[in-house]
Amino acid sequence: MAAESTLALSLVEEFVSGLQDSKAKDAAKGVKDGKFTVLQLVEALGSSLTSSQPHTRARGVHLLSEVLQECYGDLTEREVEVLIAFYENRLKDHYVVTPPVLKGLKALTKCTNLPPGSAVSMLRSVFQDIHVQVRLSYCTFKLKGLGADFVFGFVQSMDGERDPRNLLLAFQIAKNLIHGGYDLGKFTEELFEVTSCYFPIDFSPPPNDPHGITREELVQALRAVLTGTPKFAEFLLPLLIEKLDSDVQSAKLDSLQTLAACVSQYEHKHVAEFLQGLWTSVRREVFQTSSEKIESAGLAALTALTSCLSRSVLSSDSEDSLSTFLDFILKDCKHHLCEPDLKLVWPSAKLLQAACSASTRASHIITVAVMPSLLEQYNNRTQCSHRRTLLEVVQRFIHSVKNCQSSDNDESVLLAFREALCSIVFSALSESNSSLQITATSVLTSLAQQAGLLVESDIELALDHLTRLLLTEEDDRVSLAVVECAGALAQLHPALVITKLIPKLKKEMFTEPMNQDQEEVSELHSHHAVRQRCLSALAAVSIQPSVVQESTPVLLEVLRSAHTGSVNFSVDEVVLTCRSLQRIAERVQDSEEAGRCFHDVFIPHLLSLALQAALQGKKGSEALNWNHVSGNKCDYLSQKQEGDSWSLSRLVCLLMGSVCSLPRSVEVPQIDKLLSALEEMSCACSHPLSYTSAAKCFAGLVNKKPQVSVSSSGDSLDSLIQRMMKRVCSELDSPSSSVRTQAFTLMIWVAKALLLRYHPLFTTLTDKLFSLLDDADLGPMAADGFSLLMSDSTDVLNRACHADVRIMYRQRFFSENSAKLVQGFNAAPQGREKKPNYLKALSNIVNKLPKQVQVTELPALLSLLLEALSCPDQDIHLSTLSCLEPVLVNPPQVLIQQLEALINRLLALISSPAMSVRIASLSCISTLSHFPVHEVLPFRARVLRALAKPLDDKKRLVRREAVQARGEWFLLGSPGGR
Amino acid sequence: MSEGTRLENANPVIFQRSGERVQTASEEDEDVHDPIDDREIFDILSINDPEHPLSLEELNVVEQVRVKVNDAENTVGVEFTPTIPHCSMATLIGLSIKVKLLRSLPDRFKIDVCITPGTHASEEAVNKQLADKERVAAALENASLLEVVNQCLSTRSI
Repeated sequence: MAAESTLALSLVEEFVSGLQDSKAKDAAKGVKDGKFTVLQLVEALGSSLTSSQPHTRARGVHLLSEVLQECYGDLTEREVEVLIAFYENRLKDHYVVTPPVLKGLKALTKCTNLPPGSAVSMLRSVFQDIHVQVRLSYCTFKLKGLGADFVFGFVQSMDGERDPRNLLLAFQIAKNLIHGGYDLGKFTEELFEVTSCYFPIDFSPPPNDPHGITREELVQALRAVLTGTPKFAEFLLPLLIEKLDSDVQSAKLDSLQTLAACVSQYEHKHVAEFLQGLWTSVRREVFQTSSEKIESAGLAALTALTSCLSRSVLSSDSEDSLSTFLDFILKDCKHHLCEPDLKLVWPSAKLLQAACSASTRASHIITVAVMPSLLEQYNNRTQCSHRRTLLEVVQRFIHSVKNCQSSDNDESVLLAFREALCSIVFSALSESNSSLQITATSVLTSLAQQAGLLVESDIELALDHLTRLLLTEEDDRVSLAVVECAGALAQLHPALVITKLIPKLKKEMFTEPMNQDQEEVSELHSHHAVRQRCLSALAAVSIQPSVVQESTPVLLEVLRSAHTGSVNFSVDEVVLTCRSLQRIAERVQDSEEAGRCFHDVFIPHLLSLALQAALQGKKGSEALNWNHVSGNKCDYLSQKQEGDSWSLSRLVCLLMGSVCSLPRSVEVPQIDKLLSALEEMSCACSHPLSYTSAAKCFAGLVNKKPQVSVSSSGDSLDSLIQRMMKRVCSELDSPSSSVRTQAFTLMIWVAKALLLRYHPLFTTLTDKLFSLLDDADLGPMAADGFSLLMSDSTDVLNRACHADVRIMYRQRFFSENSAKLVQGFNAAPQGREKKPNYLKALSNIVNKLPKQVQVTELPALLSLLLEALSCPDQDIHLSTLSCLEPVLVNPPQVLIQQLEALINRLLALISSPAMSVRIASLSCISTLSHFPVHEVLPFRARVLRALAKPLDDKKRLVRREAVQARGEWFLLGSPGGR
Repeated sequence: MSEGTRLENANPVIFQRSGERVQTASEEDEDVHDPIDDREIFDILSINDPEHPLSLEELNVVEQVRVKVNDAENTVGVEFTPTIPHCSMATLIGLSIKVKLLRSLPDRFKIDVCITPGTHASEEAVNKQLADKERVAAALENASLLEVVNQCLSTRSI
């Protein structure tokens, strides 16, 4: 026994005085293992708990709390009682002691055998003694049993709180209280009072607020509390009505939003007595407001309120609060709709529509009350602007009715007014005022979207009207609205559109203008406009597959007749037709039916037309357009091509245009088959355009093909290239082969495709290319090939075609291969016409490099470039000179050392047969005059003599350069010159 | 002529420069022979005035209508108009024009530079000096004279 108490004592000593936190664990372990009891521990703590130093006391309590946290389960009821008494007492102590005390209390609350009543006394002391800021964070114990007392304590504690952090926490606790099913009891009002006094929140966070609490957070938290329970209804609603009277905009907005949020929880009995007041306030806000935000919040609140009323179940004795409420609304708003000046029409209409969209019942009541008077108004008014306003109001009603219509289709509310509505819409469409027509089309669209409202004859009539407008109305806005409306009708009534609209449009498009005299230019122009409108209408209606099947043939026929010239269509019209087709292709619902339609009809026609156009070599832009269209439906296209016989070899040009410009993400079906067909064609075909196109197409696909094939069955890119190279090399290596040029073309294009994407296999291809520079036949071609590698291609393998083009591929190619080229040049046997190929290749590469790179890289290649100037090829001269020129502006030392050679070669080129070479060399010579004077002066006399000859050149442009150059050289070393 | 003396005509009338010569398709054709014409000579003469930072064209000293060339007969005639009748620079301007043409034209041409009749007080004397080959050659032997001429002929650096 003595030993036990000593152990406890030593632990206490080490913890309190020695400040060793780990001892708390040991102590807890001791208690758990039964080495000593909690009571003994308290006894051991004796001196520290009664010490005069608050920190020592705090330390003592800390130890006890730590221990309790570990072993609250083992305490007897008696012990708990004693400890609670102790802790409650300690709450009155110095503030340093408070935190461990609260920790201890928290541990005690977890005890299973909490003595009855102790929790209450505990909380009471907590509420009494602790400073709010600390306390709130400990208030989250879940103690349902406390009920009203706890709520009361809470209410007291948060009363007068100002710190936004605590408020936020307090609101959250209040929300938990409400949602957690605490018995609010008689403190409901108190809880409401204590929270609602903060409503509406008026808080602007101080600048650089470290806590980052925003007004919005507080507003949301408070709103959650206030709208949390219907029990608050009787307090909240009057408060909201009161706050709506406020002048502060944010208060109004907040009130309306809170209203909308709270009614979703309420039933009609909660709101019944406040309906009049709420309606008055909301009406005032909507009628008088200046802010759109408040207006829309007001309308949303009204909708929420109406739907709350519509939702509630009526008991036999209560009155129908919905109809009462709607009566208020109708009484206040309906007469505004009939006033002659139509002043308050919009706000009234908006209020009515807000109520109307809340529920089916509400929409029934309101529509029945309002629609007849609106229709009558429309018929009585004569001014277009009034009629238009009324029509717009009608359209909004139709729209709001649609919103509330439930899916399980009762008849449409508007069914009763169908005839009257149709008649005003059609009469409006027949008016000459364009804005009235536009509004009418949108009403028609809304009507058409109400399933089952319009009958067939209405639609027919509507289509007649639309067609008439389309063919006669010049105003762009009207035709745009009409086209849109036709689209909406076609979505729901495809059959009628097919039978009524399309044939008329077709007839109209194929009618030639009556008179083609010069004077009738305006008529021609208008005819053109009509055709354009017809085309866009056709595109707009083609949404349903059945319509597409009817409309595309018309468009195709336009293209065909434009192509054969049987009907006169302008290029603009043809382009527009293509656009329409493209739009249809983009928009049509992806279904098997549409797909088949495209595959069977559309694509083959398009292809054959495009092919004819391409063969005739005209209308390039159209062909391009077609390609674009077909690109959109590539799937069908490739299926088609597969079936096609490859004998139509020129088709491949078209294929290239379409397949190669697809984005990388689109997977070309059966790509392996396609690739091998292309490879075969590019190696075997004898027609230059065909094999080049096939090679380009192959390269375009290789460039985009993923490194690892997506489908497991497909070849990997590497094996594909290796296979191709094997074939190409075998052709290239046999000098007698008849298809060496073809093989070379394929290789160079594939090389380009790989270069652009930095593919490792590229080196295999370049090595082959370098070796070909020594080839007697293909050498010059190989040299030219470098130019192809380095330049941008316009039709394939560029960024516009979504090719994989890495940045700085040219520099990369240069840095990897320039050394090989120099080496190859040096190794090439002298005088056998081989060296020029290397020079040409080099100058092709260097020429395409960016200027900055040229300037830094050139000195190393200078001797080679000087060689290039003395070889016989004019193209090499020109490209070398254009490389040299920028370098000459800031001559490197290497160049000055070679000055003699350089001047000799340049002077020789002055008499080149090519005028561009003469000009370039003269311009270089002119630049040379700016070299350091002592270096160039020795050449002055020679250069001046040589320059006398080009002064009499037969080309003026050459003479101009010569005059310039000679003038500069004359000034050199002369007084007043340089 | 030396620096620092007052300019004789401090505020001359400035004329607009004619635009760049428009390049024609035939000029780009390798096989076509372009004869030397008036405009080409006129373009060569876009030289600086000794007094002003302006070209002779801008001062209307040289005009295209006063440039006559006959490619077939190998003659070039240029008449220049001093800005004021007593201009002491007239000889110098004439000399500059002559030197520029000598340097810029093939030597088959006979170059005749003279003052537009009736525009200068000592017109005859100046014309005589410019026509005398030996005096022109002698003048160019004079370093300081050559310096001024070269300054007129150097392309203006901006």
